[in-house]
Amino acid sequence: MPEVAIIDGGGANIASLRFALKRLGADSELTTDPDTIRAARRVILPGVGAAADAMEKLRSAGLDKVIPALTQPLLGICLGMQLLFDSSEEEDATCLGIIEGRAHLFDIAQDQPVPHMGWNRVKQTRNTVLFNGIPDGAYFYFVHSYALDTVAATTGRTSYGRNFTSVVHQGNFMGAQFHPERSGKYGARLLQNFLEQND
Amino acid sequence: MRDGQVVKGVQFRNHEVVGDILALAERYRDEGADELVFYDITASPDGRSVDRSWINRVAEILDIPFCVAGGIRTLQDAEEVLNFGADKISINSPALARPELITELARRFGSQCVVVGIDSRDEDGIYRVYQNTGDPDKTSHANRETTDWVKEAQERGAGEFVLNCMNQDGVRQGYDIKQLKLVRDNCTVPLIASGGAGTMEHFADVFKQAHVDGGLAASVFHKQIIEIGDLKTYLAGEGIEIRP
Repeated sequence: MPEVAIIDGGGANIASLRFALKRLGADSELTTDPDTIRAARRVILPGVGAAADAMEKLRSAGLDKVIPALTQPLLGICLGMQLLFDSSEEEDATCLGIIEGRAHLFDIAQDQPVPHMGWNRVKQTRNTVLFNGIPDGAYFYFVHSYALDTVAATTGRTSYGRNFTSVVHQGNFMGAQFHPERSGKYGARLLQNFLEQND
Repeated sequence: MRDGQVVKGVQFRNHEVVGDILALAERYRDEGADELVFYDITASPDGRSVDRSWINRVAEILDIPFCVAGGIRTLQDAEEVLNFGADKISINSPALARPELITELARRFGSQCVVVGIDSRDEDGIYRVYQNTGDPDKTSHANRETTDWVKEAQERGAGEFVLNCMNQDGVRQGYDIKQLKLVRDNCTVPLIASGGAGTMEHFADVFKQAHVDGGLAASVFHKQIIEIGDLKTYLAGEGIEIRP
């Protein structure tokens, strides 16, 4: 049984995440099998692409029911974080509904290119185990066009035209809007914190 | 592979070069580069498939985003590069030859990983696009004005532009601020300046005056004329927001 089950949403580019976990000594398996996911010590919901597509893939594997019932620590990354919320403006997708909130498209302007791509600061607004050893205001690498407003479960926020949720933590469900696997040493630290927190 | 380094002469002739690529990637990662772009000049001009497994080795050691450019002509090429662990693909001449490629790539993989590279220069006051600039014998006009191509490519789903200002390339006299400003005014996706960086002031100028999202440079870093850590400290001191 792998330590980390990475939920396979069918997108390309899972290699960087698997390499990042490997650098931390964690083996991972890409899977859509409910039993494998339920039995894993840690679950990661990645996601690159569109919300409606990604939800359709989860539903077809029955994972829209499995994921909200998981009790071990789960980390949603990028779109995977957005899927933890109620819904997304992107093709009006209904998401997993674990955390209250809806993703909205950024306002597009010459001085605010969309997709938002690049390194931005994360202001730590509440304590979470994910921030252990990471300074407030550290930079992480973002790639996204939609974002969540800050909500009760928000633990980190970032500003890009408006403040949005960049880290979220509610019970065993955690999420990062940025890509920790591509965010240098602090990204690696966040993944390590996720892996090593108490069960 | 030996001691984490690709060694020469196992299967492919270019392994020594690949070893250099990994060493360089590691060096730039440690110096604080925010993103790396690899121009794969081994991309086969005669259409044969090329060995791209080096991308996997790079993905294994990098913890920052990286982009692969060169020889990506089809959805299959792109998929292979992304599956090996690249975050973005950059297309140039193949997009000019068949603009639908941008649309197809964006639809399949998302705009965020589709970078369009543009080689452009001033000609009698009008900026024009060039193609096949990798080979001096094949370089030719693409019969497009730069701003027209930027608008079309963005419409088709380009998620980022790298504008290589040919007048400035390799001469280290500063980025082409005027041209970059013009393109900035004609696109709403991230714009990366390329061509002309020679001093730290050039980087500050391009961020302050052309409002680009990133500055790309090769020779000043390869030749160790500018150290990335020093550059970042300098730019932060100039009031430019940048990861330390």
